[in-house]
Amino acid sequence: MPTFYGTEIESRLMLGTAQYPSPAILAEAFRQSGAGIATVSVRREAGGDQAGQDFWALIQELGVAVLPNTAGCHSVREAITTAQMARELFDTNWIKLEVIGHADTLQPDPFGLVDAAAQLTEDGFEVFPYCTEDLVLCERLIEVGCKVLMPWGAPIGTGLGLNNIYGLRSLRAHFPDIPLVIDAGLGLPSQAAHAIELGYDAVLLNTAVAKAGDPVAMAKGFACAVEAGALAYKADPMEARDMAAPSTPVFGKAFL
Amino acid sequence: MKIIVNGETVISDAPDLAALLVELGKSEAKVATSVNEAFVPKTMRSGHALHDGDRIEIVAPRQGG
Repeated sequence: MPTFYGTEIESRLMLGTAQYPSPAILAEAFRQSGAGIATVSVRREAGGDQAGQDFWALIQELGVAVLPNTAGCHSVREAITTAQMARELFDTNWIKLEVIGHADTLQPDPFGLVDAAAQLTEDGFEVFPYCTEDLVLCERLIEVGCKVLMPWGAPIGTGLGLNNIYGLRSLRAHFPDIPLVIDAGLGLPSQAAHAIELGYDAVLLNTAVAKAGDPVAMAKGFACAVEAGALAYKADPMEARDMAAPSTPVFGKAFL
Repeated sequence: MKIIVNGETVISDAPDLAALLVELGKSEAKVATSVNEAFVPKTMRSGHALHDGDRIEIVAPRQGG
């Protein structure tokens, strides 16, 4: 099972907490998913609003590790201040670092990401960077202290799956000892299974479960998928080949 | 004094950030704060003087992906 900054998590599934039809469905989806980590955010609390307090009570009941994010931050300063507020609120050094560089694709800003990761690591944070599969970017992130990498599969919320298999495979090969998590872009359990079959340690998803017609069933589907993927990876899959090879023995076939 | 709290203009006489949270009924709430885009830890709210035009953010735990 994956270990992040010295903490072993009993699941390869990390689940977001946004966009569910109701708090009760969120809670049941978590139970069915077996997810070990919940991502959360910090947002403004209006006048007499108690939503934040109620949400926090719900998360505590789930009994999972909490990974706060800096979602929506477009600058290094914004991301750092958000991370600092999240650390105090959630009492954890973990931060899912998002520094968004492009409004349409929500693609990470690689330059700001490295800068923010360096400053946060220096300040004692344990950074989970939401990044692309760019090898050089990932090297830089490791150099500044990241001990986990979270490349996107596809843009956030698209459900397109793994857009660059070659890049993701290459990342796994280059960093055999760094926990790798596919963060964002997954829409189906088969895509999650594929990620784990490639040797990825975990997947992080939100929309795929929360916006499914039946989020609870989909959560269970993803739980089965990551388990299947892990079994397959461990089982040393056969080599793919271009030419057909009969599985039934040719020897002994009746001569007709 | 006119300050901006979570994007909205507020008239307040709170001498510091801790007093502002009391004024807003948030002194016991699970919130984090920043003033003029810089984080202000809970332990520093008392004594963090507020000035006309300050931009204060008060955030709480929320759903996230």
